[in-house]
Amino acid sequence: MAEFFAMGGYAAYVWPAYGLAALVMVGLLVATLKGLRGAETTLKALEGSRPARRRPRPKDSKGQAAAPSAAEVSEG
Amino acid sequence: MHRFANPARFQRLSAAILPWSAGATVILLIVGLYVSLFGSPPDYQQGDTVRIMYIHVPAAWMSLFVYVNMAIAAACGLVWKHPLADLFAKAAAPVGAGFTLICLVTGSLWGAPMWGTWWVWDARLTSVLILFFLYLGYMALVNAFDDPQRGMRAGNVLLLVGVVNVPIIKFSVEWWNTLHQPASVIRMGGPTIDPTMLVPLAVMALGFTTYFITVVLLRLRAEIVQRKIQTLRLTEAQG
Repeated sequence: MAEFFAMGGYAAYVWPAYGLAALVMVGLLVATLKGLRGAETTLKALEGSRPARRRPRPKDSKGQAAAPSAAEVSEG
Repeated sequence: MHRFANPARFQRLSAAILPWSAGATVILLIVGLYVSLFGSPPDYQQGDTVRIMYIHVPAAWMSLFVYVNMAIAAACGLVWKHPLADLFAKAAAPVGAGFTLICLVTGSLWGAPMWGTWWVWDARLTSVLILFFLYLGYMALVNAFDDPQRGMRAGNVLLLVGVVNVPIIKFSVEWWNTLHQPASVIRMGGPTIDPTMLVPLAVMALGFTTYFITVVLLRLRAEIVQRKIQTLRLTEAQG
């Protein structure tokens, strides 16, 4: 096992290469998922604060209090 | 093609593709890492540093593949005002930049022990660095305008102008003297690389491609949701 991690003496080059690739790819995926979740929550809240038309599902009542109303945001 | 321009249809289509592309990515990358690190022999000249190739070369392919896709999308966005084409380029840019960064850094880590230098200003390395800056420049440009439409248009023009860099990267190792070796997989007369090394390379390249598909679909979904938020806020402010 130690021999495997030694990478024939090139451990200092091989492992950082794999490590950086993993860091960049996982980091991008996590940032993407966070962005998507955030945007979906904001959209839910916005749609919840519009009573008149296009109310998709009745379950979005809690989003109303959490996010600022659309009018407040767009005034600024 | 305009059938896919409808965002609602895209949301359905991407929801159907995503579980498959995500599953394929996980399986391909696990298998790819296994054959790269355990299942393939060290090179007779380069020893275990050859394992850097299984990251470096697929990342380099992806950096070009993503850019060409973005440029095609940019052309569609400019010519047909295709709404999803603009968003695709915007969603793909950070992924392409990420692959280019991986390519540059792993190349450096490979060059240090094998060439005796981390970096040389030769044609291949410099043109890939320019590709990295093109990605960064596009991302900065798209977000630099108050009107997102104008930002998209400026970004699309930059992407199309930057296409000249793609053949320069591809043929730089043949046109100029460089430390970088010429192509050994995608070349006339077939690959000159041993199957024990071609297999991990191919699996990793496939895994990177499905990763790209997965992340771009997720980012596109987020972009579409952002668009909806924008229009909702606009109508809210007007009404």
